[in-house]
Amino acid sequence: MTIVDTRTPEPKRFIPGATGDWEIVIGLEVHAQVTSKSKLFSGASTEFGKAPNANVSLVDAAMPGMLPVINEECVKQAVRTGLGLKAQINKRSIFDRKNYFYPDLPQGYQISQYKDPIVGEGKIVISVGPDRKGNFEDIEIGIERLHLEQDAGKSMHDQHPTMSYVDLNRSGVALMEIVSKPDLRSADEAKAYLTKLRTILRYLGTCDGNMDEGSMRADVNVSVRQPGGAFGTRCEIKNVNSIRFVGQAIEFEARRQIAILEQGGTIDQETRLFDPSKGETRSMRSKEDAHDYRYFPDPDLLPLEFDDAFVADLAAHLPELPDDKKNRLIGDLGLSAYDASILVSDKAIADYFEKAAAGRDGKMVANWVINDLLGALNKNGQGIEETPISPAQLGAIVDLIKEGTISGKIAKDLFEIVWNEGGDPSELVETRGLKQVTDTGAIEGAVDEVIAANPDKVEQAKAKPALAGWFVGQVMKATGGKANPQAVNALVKTKLGIEE
Amino acid sequence: MSELTKLTIAEAREKLRAREVTSEELTNAYIDAIEAANPTLNAYVTVTSEKARDMARRSDARYAAGEAGALEGIPLGIKDLFATEGVHTQACSHILDHFEPRYESTVTQNLWDDGAVMLGKLNMDEFAMGSSNETSYYGPVTNPWRVEGSNRNLVPGGSSGGSAASVAAMLCAGATATDTGGSIRQPAAFTGTVGIKPTYGRCSRWGIVAFASSLDQAGPITRDVRDAAIMLKSMASSDPKDTTSTDREVPDYEAAIGRSVKGMKIGIPREYRVDGMPGEIDGLWQKGIDWLRDAGAEIVDISLPHTKYALPAYYIVAPAEASSNLARYDGVRYGLRHNGKDILDMYEKTRADGFGAEVKRRIMIGTYVLSAGYYDAYYLKAQKVRTLIKRDFETVFADGVDAILTPATPSAAFEIGDAEMAADPVKMYLNDIFTVTVNMAGLPGIAVPAGLSESGLPLGLQLIGRPFDEETLFATANVVEQAAGRFTPKRWW
Repeated sequence: MTIVDTRTPEPKRFIPGATGDWEIVIGLEVHAQVTSKSKLFSGASTEFGKAPNANVSLVDAAMPGMLPVINEECVKQAVRTGLGLKAQINKRSIFDRKNYFYPDLPQGYQISQYKDPIVGEGKIVISVGPDRKGNFEDIEIGIERLHLEQDAGKSMHDQHPTMSYVDLNRSGVALMEIVSKPDLRSADEAKAYLTKLRTILRYLGTCDGNMDEGSMRADVNVSVRQPGGAFGTRCEIKNVNSIRFVGQAIEFEARRQIAILEQGGTIDQETRLFDPSKGETRSMRSKEDAHDYRYFPDPDLLPLEFDDAFVADLAAHLPELPDDKKNRLIGDLGLSAYDASILVSDKAIADYFEKAAAGRDGKMVANWVINDLLGALNKNGQGIEETPISPAQLGAIVDLIKEGTISGKIAKDLFEIVWNEGGDPSELVETRGLKQVTDTGAIEGAVDEVIAANPDKVEQAKAKPALAGWFVGQVMKATGGKANPQAVNALVKTKLGIEE
Repeated sequence: MSELTKLTIAEAREKLRAREVTSEELTNAYIDAIEAANPTLNAYVTVTSEKARDMARRSDARYAAGEAGALEGIPLGIKDLFATEGVHTQACSHILDHFEPRYESTVTQNLWDDGAVMLGKLNMDEFAMGSSNETSYYGPVTNPWRVEGSNRNLVPGGSSGGSAASVAAMLCAGATATDTGGSIRQPAAFTGTVGIKPTYGRCSRWGIVAFASSLDQAGPITRDVRDAAIMLKSMASSDPKDTTSTDREVPDYEAAIGRSVKGMKIGIPREYRVDGMPGEIDGLWQKGIDWLRDAGAEIVDISLPHTKYALPAYYIVAPAEASSNLARYDGVRYGLRHNGKDILDMYEKTRADGFGAEVKRRIMIGTYVLSAGYYDAYYLKAQKVRTLIKRDFETVFADGVDAILTPATPSAAFEIGDAEMAADPVKMYLNDIFTVTVNMAGLPGIAVPAGLSESGLPLGLQLIGRPFDEETLFATANVVEQAAGRFTPKRWW
């Protein structure tokens, strides 16, 4: 593989060192568990959280004479993912055996794809920022390949004083290994890449992206160099299981390598582990100890072949991807790029927004979702999945504002009530007497009272029309916020004799 | 010896259908014969008498109910490589000690579905690696054939030595076998029995302990060609559990028996006339040519130019696959385990003790040829050779050749413990020189007895056919069989 440097070195990304500036070069290998009912080559369930060894078929346990049979759904999921990554789909790919001994690898080999993966080169556009001016920077990151492979089981060393236990529930579960090109230049970019990749996978429904359940893990390749110089020797940090840890691991590893180089040392190509409790990486095995996996095509499986129609059918039914959705929200609903970015960043939020915004003022709904709903959820440490207010309820609140039934201020109160107590917003407006007063007579009385009680302010206002706002505020206060603010404003100005 | 055990499958089928004999009687006759012979011949590693009698009684009930299957009540021996539910399945290896699967191989299930009766599990070379049945953890099998006037024990060939010996000695009506490089055809030739390795993909490999996945195929060893056709029809199937198995319908192979070979083109490959081949093998080959010509076939000289590379290429591809296939025998989940101070020590102790010398040799060869830096020079090159060998055959068949006639083995059976073979594994590997090409090309090949050597030992001819054209092989082999007659050993055991 020839590595092409697609990036221009930029000082804002440099790390200052004792001997000058340094640039980090990062490539990521992400293992994403394919969303499927059964495993890649067996009919056993993939359900998470079952009792140890509950989801194990004869094939998964590598009983003598057992044979793998490819799960077509996993193939479809890989192709969908490839399409989502705008990648080349290989209509002929080959499964290989990666041979090594480990107790949680029953076959003594992992079925993977080596020279001929199902998906070739593609790309992901990441958005990094905002910077001090509030701008986001879009960067295109190359995808090297995506291939299908089996997950291994799990060894448990804490169940018995002298023996280890093995749980094969994961053994044979389908993984997509998604390999980026070494196009990333900072921990922030790597985090943005993982976030975006996870968003794409979730939009496609091909991986749930739950890193805490191990559905997505990253191997992080890190090297440092003098800006624009030749690529340095890389270290691979294995199996990092959160986006935050990936950032920490890169920061630590880059500084470790810079320190070695600045002291005149050289970097050993090695595999390292990230220890989240200490925030550091440490050596796992050196290049000399690297396994010889003796890859060769699995003779139990024919080459995986499908035609253009197979791909076209999957492409035709592909869900809308985040970038497309973002463009549509900006173009069709007139949302700002910032608001659209926030809404599409999480498929669940986007789905919520689209339900709430259907047939309504998109910008207004976007404001309510981003400022009020997400604000309240964040404050409570909750995700969109846990929202107590449904899209229909939020939509109803927006409708009530639009119709002039309630003011924006009352709407905030109504939001609070629905959040805490639930219920139908229209009914709540009626039963709690939140309805906006649009009866000019009633408002006029309140205006007259305020004017009569503040003759000095009336005088001042005639000279300084901006003081009208004070009168409006007083009237609103007197009416418990229920008066229509536009009506109050107009009346106050008329009565004070201020020209519009 | 009971007269009942002398019946071929076809003959027994007639008597069972006519209710002249019951399956239970037939089964008991075989069990008696096994009990008498097995201490000497060592063909069976386990005899499932009770299960056999039970299956036989159920077969008899089905005959009575008029629901008899194609092999109803026929007692068969099963090579230890086939998974049989709840029954000894150890590929005759120490490393699979006490392994009794909870599943049944597709091939054996097909046989039981057709009403066959299981007598027990047959001895074989460990993991099907061997050409003499001497690598079995359960000791060698003795060939029921002896050199005239000699009392020295001969090998039955391998790896399906137990299958061939039990069929020749009439310890079962027919036997399942497997063939990776000649493991059906060579022992059949050594014992005067018929053995067919069908086209790769014709029989499901599901539930058969794997040796070399791209070469392994199951097939029957039987007393005559008709029986082989009957048994293969039941063994073969399309199996969704083996994605390398074919979708083709299984033809009625028996219908091909007696079909004329008139006008067929029989190819005689010049590359099979190897240096140092005994004159009697050459003579036998010539007899076969004459018989087929006399039956109206056209004999044509053909060339399969890459033949000489087949054996070396085979001994790269097969061990490579084996080294990976046998990785699962690690002491973790089933079979033998010797505890060690850590996991690596456990692996090493278990595998060092669990595998025999020949299996270890092939695992090491396979591991070596797949290693970084050697893969291209060995494995990849061997695969290229394999493509060329396949192309050789395709060219010949495209030129109108219907089947190819060759000797089955370069010699007759040799003695157990042959010093030369023991000293030089390559000498042993040469046993498969005429058979490996067929596996490398995925073609069907049948070994049929054609005569006796000067010392009175059976010799076989091999017919090689087009992919999935087993019918032509049955038709042509039947012609050879009709001309040569059948050969049975004189009982000495």
